[in-house]
Amino acid sequence: MALQSLDIKARSATTTPSPAVRETMPVAKLIDISKCIGCKACQAACMEWNDLRDEVGTNVGVYDNPADLSAKSWTLMRFSEVEVEQGKLEWLIRKDGCMHCADPGCLKACPAPGAIVQYSNGIVDFHEENCIGCGYCVTGCPFNVPRISAQDSKAYKCTLCSDRVAVGMEPACVKTCPTGAIVFGAKEDMITHAEGRVTDLKSRGYANAGLYDPQGVGGTHVMYVLQHADKPELYSGLPRDPAISPMVGLWKGVAKPLASFAIGLVAIGSLFHYVMKGPNEVSKDIEKEFEE
Amino acid sequence: MKRDPKDLARYTASERANHWAVGITFILLGLSGLTFFHPAFYPLNQLFGGGVWARILHPFIGVVMALSFVAMFFRFWKLNVITPTDKEWLSRIGEMVDGDDHNMPEAGKYNGGQKLLFWLLVACMALLTVSGIVIWRAYFSALFPIGLIRLSSVVHAAAAAGMIVLIIVHVYAAIWTRGTIRAMWYGTVSRAWAKQHHPAWFRQITGGGK
Repeated sequence: MALQSLDIKARSATTTPSPAVRETMPVAKLIDISKCIGCKACQAACMEWNDLRDEVGTNVGVYDNPADLSAKSWTLMRFSEVEVEQGKLEWLIRKDGCMHCADPGCLKACPAPGAIVQYSNGIVDFHEENCIGCGYCVTGCPFNVPRISAQDSKAYKCTLCSDRVAVGMEPACVKTCPTGAIVFGAKEDMITHAEGRVTDLKSRGYANAGLYDPQGVGGTHVMYVLQHADKPELYSGLPRDPAISPMVGLWKGVAKPLASFAIGLVAIGSLFHYVMKGPNEVSKDIEKEFEE
Repeated sequence: MKRDPKDLARYTASERANHWAVGITFILLGLSGLTFFHPAFYPLNQLFGGGVWARILHPFIGVVMALSFVAMFFRFWKLNVITPTDKEWLSRIGEMVDGDDHNMPEAGKYNGGQKLLFWLLVACMALLTVSGIVIWRAYFSALFPIGLIRLSSVVHAAAAAGMIVLIIVHVYAAIWTRGTIRAMWYGTVSRAWAKQHHPAWFRQITGGGK
């Protein structure tokens, strides 16, 4: 929801500069999957802080609960059992939710001015009071994160606890994580912290450990430490090289201003055609023919 | 305008009503659709009671237009089959636009330009309807893969822009060719108009007489 702040970097469907005088430090949440025990405390904390109570669903035979993100479940542990090599089973548990892209596809696609904003600290936030419920954010997102509520037809997703961060607190999920798998701070510091973790994992036999901070979307403000950074798909389909789809780029890029200009040109051109060529009238000869 | 008992009937009442149904829904769809097209047009949503209402109403109006358009298609498609004469007409369209119709091949009820416009509008309408269902988030989008939704978003916007251009041309041609608009209102045109602009049609319905 809206914050009374002037630290906005980008605003949906806005062609003039956003109020950007105040600059804040880029922040990031780092999720170390190698430390996650799948306790779901982060899910509970998210519900608690944001006053969300999703409907109780049914068990579909896996640990994922609820089964998917929803308008009332902004974060979700996704459990995948993977045989990374013959005879070596690993339980890869990924805390899914908004990645807070530096180049957010949702914001690019949104047609409602100010329904999606990106703060200068990197947080991408939905302002539901401006949301018209078209679902274009879903179309634009490379991570399949936004959900349209059946209750009010507004789009919802993780806010990275923008309300807490704005007053110097860490997100609720970070606060509650009992193993320290989720940490929060300046993006720069989080990258440094991740490097330490990756070095440690490599020394423990995870040769392909690495940081997930996909550059296709300009980097993200939610990053993962992955044991198998060479195979992000193992983590419940984490995209290897996410980027805003070229279709969305075409749809929301230069094509529309050009088309708008062309429409205007045809309309004005018609008027000038009339002025310069005159009307297409019945000739005097034919008119006379029918006058008795 | 002079009404004359010798005027020729060009459109029946139901044809006119059908055309108006398509025309009114097109205008409503254009205004509400432009809302989502580019931020410059976003204020148009106020005509519909705000952005949310524009989003809710647009697809329903679209259904009405698609149905009205299909009805109109079946009324007129046979009259719009393109003949060699029409191709000849289209190859000389530059002269027509220049305001000189002396060497234009004789048009029947519709000239080559009108027929081409008809088929282009049919293509736009088909694309808009199919892509519109795919991006109708409230009821249908969940049934389709994300790649198809993205493609449909582009197709819908492109076909809409195309249709707006075509309709501007259509409306302007009707204003430019004096004595045409009344056919849309009352269904009749003067004999002189018919002989001037659609000589083959004129001969066909009058048997060549005055």
